[in-house]
Amino acid sequence: MKRGLAILAPLLLLLLGGARAPILVPEISQHKVEVRQGFTGADLLLFGAILDPGGTRAAQDYDIVVVLKGPVQSIVLREKRKVAGIWVNAASSELRSAPSYFAIAASRPVREIVDDKTAAIYELGLDRLQLSPIGAIDPVRQRHFADGLVDLMQRQGLYREDDHGVTISGQVLYQARITLPSQVRTGTYTAETFAIRQGRVITSAVTRVDVSKQGFERFVANQADGNGLLYGLFAVVVSVGMGWIAGRLFALV
Amino acid sequence: MHAGSGSFGRRAALSPQAMDVYLPIANLAVNGLVIVGLGALTGLLSGMFGVGGGFLTTPLLIFYGVPPTVAAASAASQVTGASVSGAFAHARRGGIDYHMGGVLVAGGVLGTGIGALLFRLLQALGQIDTVINILYVVLLGGIGGLMAHESITALRAQRLGRPQPARRRRHHPLVASLPLRWRFYRSGLYISPLAPLLLGMATGILTMLMGIGGGFILVPAMLYILGMSTNVVVGTSLFQILFVTMATTMMHALTTHAVDIVLAGLLLVGSVSGAQIGALFAQKAKPEHLRLILAVIVLAVALRMALGLGYRPDEIFTVVPL
Repeated sequence: MKRGLAILAPLLLLLLGGARAPILVPEISQHKVEVRQGFTGADLLLFGAILDPGGTRAAQDYDIVVVLKGPVQSIVLREKRKVAGIWVNAASSELRSAPSYFAIAASRPVREIVDDKTAAIYELGLDRLQLSPIGAIDPVRQRHFADGLVDLMQRQGLYREDDHGVTISGQVLYQARITLPSQVRTGTYTAETFAIRQGRVITSAVTRVDVSKQGFERFVANQADGNGLLYGLFAVVVSVGMGWIAGRLFALV
Repeated sequence: MHAGSGSFGRRAALSPQAMDVYLPIANLAVNGLVIVGLGALTGLLSGMFGVGGGFLTTPLLIFYGVPPTVAAASAASQVTGASVSGAFAHARRGGIDYHMGGVLVAGGVLGTGIGALLFRLLQALGQIDTVINILYVVLLGGIGGLMAHESITALRAQRLGRPQPARRRRHHPLVASLPLRWRFYRSGLYISPLAPLLLGMATGILTMLMGIGGGFILVPAMLYILGMSTNVVVGTSLFQILFVTMATTMMHALTTHAVDIVLAGLLLVGSVSGAQIGALFAQKAKPEHLRLILAVIVLAVALRMALGLGYRPDEIFTVVPL
């Protein structure tokens, strides 16, 4: 038994050494996205370098997958069906962790990089989102609702999948460009970079992006949420005032 | 709209991109000129026909991508702005029955409270959109049909040179059966205050649910159900709309937090000026023609809504935060 271990030890060491994680240095073009007047969305550049464990030369044959994920939210997803000639919300599903934004970019189609199981574990792909439905829901129905959500969010530009969105240059540097549309939710976004080799995730690293309203927009949103009475009064005064001023101005004409 | 084409937009000052405005409550960038134009269009209608124009604003905003609750909440303040100058003008020439208006407003404010509860209930059930759509189809279809019929009859009678049969001004028998009676001098009525109270309540509920002022329901109801004298109908209706939309804005600000002041401001810029221009047009046109045009617009919106209920919608799925 002991001798067996002694023989195995160098082999194990070799294996472990071979699987030693490469160094992944991720960076993002901006860690703060400020939503203020004139905001029409943002272009984020997620880039970085991947080096072999020694840090001396380029790592070999890695695939890179980048995932930018917005804050998750609890939602009700409703489905319309035709009832008595009109389309009404007929079925619904409650999802506890639907990302408000999800973008995935890869150097090759994710299907070619990893198998289904790995993809499911790391949420690699829009069909792999872990939405945490509430209550006992059968898988077929769950799939149906998940597909509906992804389709809807994709057309709103809030879910994105780009099979060739990551470019790797010189086996060292990688970069991916990901667009945030103007209707993104504010909050902390996580950008996770995965280095994958032979179907296995070797290493991953996370950076954060803070999306927040600033200046006037921040003020307005805070007042509307926390100071409804004053905000409402202000809205009323503005609308009455503008109507009155317009009446006065046109009376002069 | 897309950030990728931004550099070009910034260079040319008047290109569409330069007009992008971020709406802080709707969480969306929109083209400011489109919203101002939308406000101007509905303002024009309100100036010409004495209706709030909310019945057009809310659906168009939703169509443009603004969340339905934000659209309804912000359209209400636009209607306030558009009805202010009209209400002042009528007040100056004594065209408002304040007594009647007060009862209507009291009912309206009660109605907005009930509307807020209904809104929440329907939202929880997931049927708010369907209910709003059906309300639009039924109310707009019904009233548009009535208006069209009436104005066509009037126009035909004019062409034939026949004098129009004088309408007997008389309130509905149901109104007469209500208990309690008050005198409303300017309206020339001696009726139960419960009738205008209920009427005000109904328009308050509709204002809260649909983001409309309710003028196009209120005016015919005042004429044909209450039997008010015509010279105070439009002024009193504007008076009621003014206060009820103010109450609605407050109610939304306190409950749904969905009033977008930037969106409302843009709509107001368009609608208050549109309303003044519309009022100028209205002075030059024949009232029968105006009513026919309004009827056609109202019927068109109703038809569009009806088709929307029957045809397969673009989006089968909808997301609501829990």
